[in-house]
Amino acid sequence: MASLEFGTLVADPSTIDQPFESDTPVTRRRRRIRWGRGVILFLAALYFIVPFYASMAFSLQKPTGGFSLTPLTQIASAPGFLSALWLSTQLAVITMVLVVLLMVPTVIYVHLRMPRFRRVMEVITILPIIIPPIAYSVGVLESAPAWLRSSQYLLAIVYVILAMPYVYRSLDSGLGALDLKTLVEASRSLGSSWVSTIWRVLVPNLRSALMSASVLTIALVFGEFTIANVDNWTTIPVWIYLAPTDNPRVNTLVAMIALLATCLVLTLIVSLDRSVTYNTDADSRRKQ
Amino acid sequence: MTVLSDLDSPTSLPGGASSSGRSGPARTGALVRGLRTSAPVLPFLAYVIVVLGVPTAAIVNYAFRSNAGHFTWQNLHSILSGGQYRAGFETSLKLALVTAIVPGVLGTFIAYAISTSQHAPFKRITSATSGVLAQFGGVNLAFMFIASFGFVGVATKWLNAIGVDPWSHGFDLYKFWGVAFVYMYFQIPLMVLIITPAFAGLRPAWREAAENLGASRWRYWRHVGVPVLTPAILGSMFLLFGSGFSAYATAEALTAGTVAITPIQIGAILQGNVIAGENNIAYALAFAMIVILLVTVIGYVLLRRRTSRWLR
Repeated sequence: MASLEFGTLVADPSTIDQPFESDTPVTRRRRRIRWGRGVILFLAALYFIVPFYASMAFSLQKPTGGFSLTPLTQIASAPGFLSALWLSTQLAVITMVLVVLLMVPTVIYVHLRMPRFRRVMEVITILPIIIPPIAYSVGVLESAPAWLRSSQYLLAIVYVILAMPYVYRSLDSGLGALDLKTLVEASRSLGSSWVSTIWRVLVPNLRSALMSASVLTIALVFGEFTIANVDNWTTIPVWIYLAPTDNPRVNTLVAMIALLATCLVLTLIVSLDRSVTYNTDADSRRKQ
Repeated sequence: MTVLSDLDSPTSLPGGASSSGRSGPARTGALVRGLRTSAPVLPFLAYVIVVLGVPTAAIVNYAFRSNAGHFTWQNLHSILSGGQYRAGFETSLKLALVTAIVPGVLGTFIAYAISTSQHAPFKRITSATSGVLAQFGGVNLAFMFIASFGFVGVATKWLNAIGVDPWSHGFDLYKFWGVAFVYMYFQIPLMVLIITPAFAGLRPAWREAAENLGASRWRYWRHVGVPVLTPAILGSMFLLFGSGFSAYATAEALTAGTVAITPIQIGAILQGNVIAGENNIAYALAFAMIVILLVTVIGYVLLRRRTSRWLR
């Protein structure tokens, strides 16, 4: 703008043109940015795609070249795989039932009657993310009573705590989107009990929040390695790590399937509810 | 990340739950009423106290107990004064620092490259992808890298085919830098995920104002962009540090426990791979890890408070 003022002052057509001239380096600069962006994004894409493709090739390529799906059929017969799958499934179901029974009534009640308690809930449910799983497992394994310590269900009890952050945040944003008070008052004044209000009015309204909460819980249980490993229980991730390595391609294949399942699960949640996912994505990083 | 911001609120003390702080004759009545109101959350609180509170308290307690049960500084002293556990801590801190700074810087550039894109679907896809990739980690990620960059990995073969042999040039996937290389796979997307909102908060008006005042691109970044973004970038790096410091599964599965970082040492003690009577050392190590993570989180919260002054 300064040059334009200057140009009108001098009243010389060539100086009035100046802003247009000075535009040229700007566009050149813009082009350079775009080029730099291309390089950055290309390298990033390379780093993220190559290992993925390479390990697919590692587990599915035949020694003679070409791909084959026969390793897929070897998974089920791999020693120990089915019992690991059964253990992980059991743990996932128990964890899911426990965490839903514990969290759904609590979060609904807090939203309805104790809004100030939400702050406390938020702080409590952030703790499992801050405390490293390996440090937490020290406390759990050394302070659990012996009868519980020797049971695989200890893992489910602990996974409830690990799942709380995601379940709480799903439910919290799901409930935030409802006109909870009106729903509950309408249901109660029509004579339904608390249980049927929750079961027949609130749960159907919270379907997508509950869906993403349970899917995240299942993903967490199927992916959790730290505590299962130090407690010496062969869940799926521990099996991938410890399984007899006469055929590492099968282990890698199961690992890849697990990763693809993670992708699928998270994509599913994204399509279920964008706002819920935004929170959970950012918070569930402590799994590593 | 919205969650951590609530840590610094004064109302988040558990005491705020029941209104028991009153005095006078109304006190007992208020206490009873408070208890009755909060009764439905008691199962949740009880569960958290038993399954999370008791183990955490045990860590703090036994970190300061001798095998005979007396109070002692010996455990902490012996892990901090030297030997393998001190070395483990140093390696852990170094690993966390490297995997906070390098992916932090790279992630910032990638996030900037993404956020200056005019193409809305591209932005949406990359943000969803970062969300997914930030979840990768653990055993699966380790196996993916072993299959691709291991000694006989597929990507190693590709590199060999074009005349590059990383393994003969000092690259070792199963040592410190190999672990750091693998951690980048979830740390970079995590950085992209948490720094992108900061770029969105960089208002175009500031850039236009700077340009109108005659600032070059360099001067704009030097005096406006970088100062505004620094707390956000540093804060995100704190989170990356925490994530790299507490990671166990990836390193354990990748190196079979040969890179002696603190989480792996704790795991070895718990699995009984070391001499008996070291349980209190495990407590002390866990305690020290929690302290470091608390410091990290506090640093993050403080930086976040600074961030919110300019960026929303």
